[in-house]
Amino acid sequence: MNILVCVKQVPDTTEIKIDPVNKTLIRDGVPSIVNPFDAYALELAARIKDKDPSTKITLVSMGPPQAQNALKECLAVGGDDAFLVSGREFGGSDTLATSYILSTAVKKLEETQGKFDIIFCGKQAIDGDTAQVGPEMAEHLDLPQVTYAVEADVDGDMVKVKKEVEDGFELVGVKMPCLITVTKPNFDPRYPTIKSKMAANRKEISTIAFADLEAIIDSTRIGLKGSPTKVKKTFTPEVKTGGVRIHEDTNADSAKKLFAALTADKII
Amino acid sequence: MKEEYGLTQDQIDIQMMTRDFIRKELPWERIKECDEKSETPMDVVKKAAEMGLTSITLPESIGGAGMGEVTNSLVLEELAYQDVGFATVIGACGLAYMPIKIVGTEAQKEYYGKFIVDGSLAAFALTEADAGSDVSAGRTTAVLDGDEWVINGTKAFITNGGLADIYTVFAVTDPGNGTHSMSCFYVERSCPGISIGSHENKLGIRLSNTTEVIFENVRVPKDHMVGKQGDGFKIAMMTFDRTRPAGVGAACCGAMRSCIDKCIEYSSQRITFGQPILQNQAIQFKIADMEIKYEAARALTYKVAGMIDDGVIDSALASAAKAFSSEAALEVVNEAVQIHGGYGYSKEYPVEIIMRNTKIGTLFEGTNEVQRMVITKNLLKASGII
Repeated sequence: MNILVCVKQVPDTTEIKIDPVNKTLIRDGVPSIVNPFDAYALELAARIKDKDPSTKITLVSMGPPQAQNALKECLAVGGDDAFLVSGREFGGSDTLATSYILSTAVKKLEETQGKFDIIFCGKQAIDGDTAQVGPEMAEHLDLPQVTYAVEADVDGDMVKVKKEVEDGFELVGVKMPCLITVTKPNFDPRYPTIKSKMAANRKEISTIAFADLEAIIDSTRIGLKGSPTKVKKTFTPEVKTGGVRIHEDTNADSAKKLFAALTADKII
Repeated sequence: MKEEYGLTQDQIDIQMMTRDFIRKELPWERIKECDEKSETPMDVVKKAAEMGLTSITLPESIGGAGMGEVTNSLVLEELAYQDVGFATVIGACGLAYMPIKIVGTEAQKEYYGKFIVDGSLAAFALTEADAGSDVSAGRTTAVLDGDEWVINGTKAFITNGGLADIYTVFAVTDPGNGTHSMSCFYVERSCPGISIGSHENKLGIRLSNTTEVIFENVRVPKDHMVGKQGDGFKIAMMTFDRTRPAGVGAACCGAMRSCIDKCIEYSSQRITFGQPILQNQAIQFKIADMEIKYEAARALTYKVAGMIDDGVIDSALASAAKAFSSEAALEVVNEAVQIHGGYGYSKEYPVEIIMRNTKIGTLFEGTNEVQRMVITKNLLKASGII
């Protein structure tokens, strides 16, 4: 198996505060972590590698130079090689431009790392919460995609994916090559070992700069100018409290009670 | 840990991953439960071993991390922050391996080391019921019979006694020869004739396993002797010179830092007379004194650990680090309980366990009175008096 895992370094949002005036995130002094959903994605890849030790896991991240730290953390828990897509030209990219740059980097990486059988992404990053980059990459690369995975097992030329849906789980078979986005499974990612951590510290992380992609990238589709998203306003939504729970012995009784409540308030 | 200690990136990473691991895997509720039952959380021990925390000081060539006593101190401080008993279980593996590391053959290092690298626990079996600080009074014997040593006797207060798969055992081979009467051996738990005696019902470090280990006609091949015949006492002392800073000093530092954090948290939340008790200078001064003692103990401990890594062995300084840290820890935890008031005396608050745990520091690996004997003896030697 040849697997690529996409990783983003994000601020630890459990420690983040919102500026009450500007409504922007206060990022000062907030520690950076590996996006937790990406850590789950890597864990699913590492579990495939546990079963088939010949599996190679490549990591890629797009971000500033300090995103190397996130890649090093991932190298200690299953990653074999890591690449950082980094450069001024990529700055200001929205999800569309980011997914275009990453998918171009994937094509570049496949020249040296070989064709990827599976590309894993976290379902979303906890800073932007858009859940768009993974699916957009699949479109750019023309790959079948499965989102919200919690388990992934390789079976022949297919991956059997257990995916989360609103009222439970679905089992989906997808033919490789494919892209899978991962949500929180019911297990924690593995701990690094001291030896794997030390080995990761010694690994070289290669940078993929704009110049490396220049020949195959459309420079009008990257950075700020390649980003159609315009942020008009950010705000903190009003916190709604209360709510009424209607749970009678039978559904019919619940419906009657709801009807009575709605008519009493002149809603219907 | 602050930058002035000049830690490498590897060391910082190992410290942080140990912190992350132990706080997640051994939360307070679990510690409380294990403390009540006097039980070692073996699932957490297993995970710690898989991470490599028991084999930090083992050579890289046999699967260890190849790190020294500074890194070992960082790990044991983090583990002891959560629970000194748990740190003792993990630290005992490095203690048991130390004689082999110092004087063992390459084959012995590999054979013994593999047990630890593969996740087994090891135990250092020196103490006997009537031979604690006076280790040369040991009565366990090893008699050569053909190509085998036959070991008989009972070891007492052995950390990991009931959990270990391999023991480092000291036994008398040359009776009546004073400090040259003992030799060092390693013995696999699987050898016929080994049994585990009573499990000590201890005041503290109740997450660690402390038992008697009984040897009845236990036969081991000649190659199980570590170092030279008659060198047992010397090897035991050389071991302690290297293990006292990390095993006791750093563990006590962990307990102290835990006390400081818990006191800041408690005193900033506990309201009396309309304000948090932290507003009182009396509390602030106590916390400052705790911090002074912690930093002083840590400075001495890591200095000695660093010297060991540089190949400079100073028995007196190792004893000083052990004695100072363990006594500072008792003073710190005493104030921590005081700051917590009546709650500090309750099993519902962690400082109660820390207080019981911390007392071990002045006792094991030689009582602090023995440390003072070592220190003075070194001073007298240096001034030519003895």
